Amino acid sequence: MAHGSRRMVSGFGRTVCVIAAMLLSAVAVAQPAPTKAQPAPTKAQPAPTKVLTDSDCLSCHNLKASAKLQARPVSVYVNAEIFQPSIHAKLGCVACHSDIHAFPHPESVQPVSCAGCHASQTSAFAGSVHAIAEREKKSRFPACLNCHGNPHGMRAKIDPKSRVYPLNLPRTCGTCHGNPELARKYGFPDVYGLYMDSIHGFALTSDGLLVAATCASCHGAHDILSRKDPKSRTFWKNVPATCGACHAGVEVDYLAGAHGTAMVAGRANAPVCTNCHTAHQIAQVGVANWQIKTVATCGNCHKKRLYSYRDTFHGQVTELGFVATARCWSCHGPHLILPASNPKSKVAPANLQATCGKCHHGVTASFVTYEPHPNPHDRKQNPALYFAALFMNLLLLGVFLFFGLHTALWLVRSLMGGSRGKHNGVSGEQ
Amino acid sequence: MNSNDSNRYYFRFSLGQRYLHGLVIITFLGLAATGMTLRFSEREWAKWLAQMTGGFAAVLSLHKLCAVLISAGFLYHVGDILFRATVKKEQGVFWGPNSMTPQPKDALDLYQMLRWFLWMGPEPKFDHFAYWEKFDYWAVFWGMAIIGFSGYMMWFGPFFARLVPGYVLNIALLIHGEEALLAVWFIFIIHFFNSHLRPEKFPLDPVIFTGRVSGGEYRHERPLDYSRLDESGGLEMLRSDPPPRWLNNFSRLITVVSVSIGFSLLVLTLIAFWTE
Repeated sequence: MAHGSRRMVSGFGRTVCVIAAMLLSAVAVAQPAPTKAQPAPTKAQPAPTKVLTDSDCLSCHNLKASAKLQARPVSVYVNAEIFQPSIHAKLGCVACHSDIHAFPHPESVQPVSCAGCHASQTSAFAGSVHAIAEREKKSRFPACLNCHGNPHGMRAKIDPKSRVYPLNLPRTCGTCHGNPELARKYGFPDVYGLYMDSIHGFALTSDGLLVAATCASCHGAHDILSRKDPKSRTFWKNVPATCGACHAGVEVDYLAGAHGTAMVAGRANAPVCTNCHTAHQIAQVGVANWQIKTVATCGNCHKKRLYSYRDTFHGQVTELGFVATARCWSCHGPHLILPASNPKSKVAPANLQATCGKCHHGVTASFVTYEPHPNPHDRKQNPALYFAALFMNLLLLGVFLFFGLHTALWLVRSLMGGSRGKHNGVSGEQ
Repeated sequence: MNSNDSNRYYFRFSLGQRYLHGLVIITFLGLAATGMTLRFSEREWAKWLAQMTGGFAAVLSLHKLCAVLISAGFLYHVGDILFRATVKKEQGVFWGPNSMTPQPKDALDLYQMLRWFLWMGPEPKFDHFAYWEKFDYWAVFWGMAIIGFSGYMMWFGPFFARLVPGYVLNIALLIHGEEALLAVWFIFIIHFFNSHLRPEKFPLDPVIFTGRVSGGEYRHERPLDYSRLDESGGLEMLRSDPPPRWLNNFSRLITVVSVSIGFSLLVLTLIAFWTE
């Protein structure tokens, strides 16, 4: 078992250990506290050389009532009941506190470094947003223990009592990322609530699914990078692969579709999963509210198509908030979105009857000449529609110009007298 | 000519005509409220109305129900006219002062009316129907035919698309919506004013609800019709009791409700139209 605690660790090793040091720094007592159970050794004599056992350590550190143990900046009290079942218990105290060889131990002891055993995790952590934030001394940004919790009670990540067990992880991250005040103060995202309301959150909390995506599924565990970092799992071009780790079939469709092709080609405005589904508040796609919202989502980019869609019965009904009629992906498909020129497209001329026929019974080749995105101002698209619109506008204008004037003149003439007087049948009632 | 005729009442509209007008009021308001909800679906009031109605399925069902009822009324009316003209062989159904067909005199009346508006001449003497009433009638008649037909086209889209290209359904929606706007604004501005809200009638002309008009009013407003009936003795055949109080109150109630709904829709749709 390698022990790194003796090394004068610098850089990340030191930062990793800051919290550990605070929790576990040497007991600043001139002498070890004598206890009733254990007579104090003679001051003049050095402690007898002997292999320290955990019970030796706990004989002092397990004394909850000891004022001295708790009178530190950070308590050095170790609860044996929590420690014994922990994953590190079998290693023994001195496996981590490796600079302590004898009792009593020096007043100042080395901070424990997790890197001694967990080198790959700590080196991955060193480049993460959390390590960077800590280096910038913004605050006590999470080192190992902030997420993994009490070092003496640490559990394996597959242990339901672990703070990083999948069902517990969101709450652990939410300690900071669900705290609006902290989020505001340090400028990190407060997304715990959004996640908990998402399909992933529900799968986790409501259905208790271990396969549900938690924070680490998308962000990674130790090597969490800013989404602006091209190496980040959440960098926009990496998002499809990140989501595709679970949603493999969708990723295949997406990459084959127009959006995926544009993304691969590097078009900066090409949408990835999160542009439509959002990053954290990912809704169940069967939910009507979300289905309604997606129309506007597509319209963020496809403005003209949304505008013309709103001019149809389909668009009017969804605008009212009802999903009874076709929405964008009812016709275009959700992920394998292809231009009509592609024969595989759902809206390719040869496939229109099948696509419209999903809702409309008795669809013919004639029926699908219907224009789902009509533009009455575009004479080329459909001259008949253009002239119908022109005629109707002129009709409205003509009728209201004439009768507007007629009514206005009549009103003035009647008010100013000269009419034959009031002949109201009701007033003649007996 | 009877000089003391203000207390006498004459039937101007039959019970059937009054019921038909009542049917048109109810179904027209229903169609307008549900249709304008769709036409201006981006407005908050439209979303609210749709929710209050019970969702989109309820909106569309009500729209179709009103459509079927008003279509039935329309067909009944057309059938009645044909029956009167062909079976009963009534004279003057298609032509003459009692017909709805525009007469040369209507153009003259309009001309004289415009002169009267401008203090350039006397008020014209109207016959059984004034020109604006005929315009109202034909506006509603053709409006129903056009809006109705385009509506049924969309209702049975795949069927009609066997007869015409599918893009005709695009045109159908456009015409359906624009003609409906024309109808709604025309009824809620022009018809309301011409028939009920102008100073001579304000706040309402109950004749379409009571069916009865006083002799004095008849003589002043339809002098040609009145004197022709008076001379032929036909006037006495139209004598009626005075409108009962309940009928007058009913007229007031239905007018207040209809005008309130109508004006609300008018304001909402006008604002929505100008700001869209």
